[in-house]
Amino acid sequence: MSAALDARLGQPWKKPPLIKRAWLRWGLGIGAVIYLALAIASIEVNWSRVWEGLDRGGAFIASFATPDFLTRWSDIRDGMLESIIMTVAASVVGILISIPIGLGAARNIAPLPVYVICRGIVAISRALQEVIVAILLVAIFGFGPLAGFLTLSFATIGFLSKLLAEDIESMDKVQAEAIRATGSSWIQWINYGVQPQVMPRLIGLSMYRLDINFRESAILGLVGAGGIGATLNTAFDRYEFDTAAAILIIIIGTVMALEYLSGIIRGRVQ
Amino acid sequence: MPVSTTATGQKAWQLRNREESLIRWAAWMAGTIVFLWCWKQISDATTWFFVQDAPAIAGDILARATPPRWSYMEKLWWPIWDTLNIATLGTIGALFLAVPVAFLAARNTTPSVRFVRPIALLIIVSTRSINSLIWALLLIAIIGPGVFAGVISIAIRSIGFCAKLLYEAIEEIDKSQVEAVSATGASPMQVMAYGIVPQILPAFAGVAVFRWDINIRESTVLGLVGAGGIGLQLQASLNTLAWPQVSLILLVILFAVVVSEWVSARVRGAII
Repeated sequence: MSAALDARLGQPWKKPPLIKRAWLRWGLGIGAVIYLALAIASIEVNWSRVWEGLDRGGAFIASFATPDFLTRWSDIRDGMLESIIMTVAASVVGILISIPIGLGAARNIAPLPVYVICRGIVAISRALQEVIVAILLVAIFGFGPLAGFLTLSFATIGFLSKLLAEDIESMDKVQAEAIRATGSSWIQWINYGVQPQVMPRLIGLSMYRLDINFRESAILGLVGAGGIGATLNTAFDRYEFDTAAAILIIIIGTVMALEYLSGIIRGRVQ
Repeated sequence: MPVSTTATGQKAWQLRNREESLIRWAAWMAGTIVFLWCWKQISDATTWFFVQDAPAIAGDILARATPPRWSYMEKLWWPIWDTLNIATLGTIGALFLAVPVAFLAARNTTPSVRFVRPIALLIIVSTRSINSLIWALLLIAIIGPGVFAGVISIAIRSIGFCAKLLYEAIEEIDKSQVEAVSATGASPMQVMAYGIVPQILPAFAGVAVFRWDINIRESTVLGLVGAGGIGLQLQASLNTLAWPQVSLILLVILFAVVVSEWVSARVRGAII
């Protein structure tokens, strides 16, 4: 002990490294450097094109000061309305479907076969990206908001069921058992023993998902699934940056309003 | 918990009193009307004739898409490498940009709560609320299509997410450690390096890996608008209706997403 202490005395203090094993630290460091060198070398950047584009970039940023809401107002209004309609309808349907699936995906209240099926649905829904689902659904159901609505509902199921199931799994068992001890039926047990415990979080998550759905609905139009995305795409393609800036400002404003609203609602229920 | 009386004179328990239940009933009614109206709008914009034969079309596509054309894989290695680079370099770029924004946004490290913090919060909200595909569209219009536009759009999109989680971590640090370091006579930079940074380093690493996982997902579709990666191949295959190639690409994307989620979960488990 004292020998080790004597060896340390007089030595300046050194910060302990983040990764203790030396070979792992050096290996990770060297690997990262090699990877970065290869990755950066493999990216082809056409600097003259970038240089030319800087003017356009400046013009775009400047156009945020003078957004043009009026020239394409009817397109913007229809696109936004469609986005909002898709968001609301998909959130409602998605939440309604994800409640039973969330109950089924909670190990402490669902039997094993139901649990496996529900977890499978959640895993599939989470692994597939919204845009890819939208492409497939547009191919199947044709262009329009129905494909977007189905996409967002499907994505909501994966997100909400998983988080709801995790919340149910970590709930207080005692309350649920107390309800069961009164001789309640299964429905009554869920309604009075489980639901009050997870309700605040369910409302908070639903509001959060509404917010996400709106943001996602803004891009579904790029693949033909309805909403503001198509208008935005056209505006960029025609270099109408002031219209694009107007649309982006509306999107940012709506998202901020939704976040503010969900903050108030979450504050009230929790 | 009000108690009401039934017709036979027995008292029955009920959860809410009359006004409360009326208000709730009205709220549910209003919500239902809004939903039905939204559904009607969607329904009006839909050609139901196409929806009727949707199962047949879905079956047709499935039949065309199986089996995947495995030989196409050799053309996919390079786009997969590009996709990985977009996600990784984009995440690194985002972290470089997010750290200063996070320090400016945290109440306990910002130079001015009244002037600097709102600007930092505005950067966080605006980068977060616009999807990376839209950033990619914009950057392609500005600097031309390619992997570089993808990297930048992923980087910009991730700033808000990373900075938000980081500044929340900075606001939750233990003040006494910072005070202890500054009591030794450390300069502000030394306080930062020895008092604040060690406390947020685990959160930082966790955020970085978490965002990298999300970015892998997002970078797989960036090619749809021309920003490089495997999405370009997906778009090309979709345009030529080469369904066996589409199914192969979707399998690759699914595999990449599962692997990245596994890696991110393992790394986060090791750190925290």
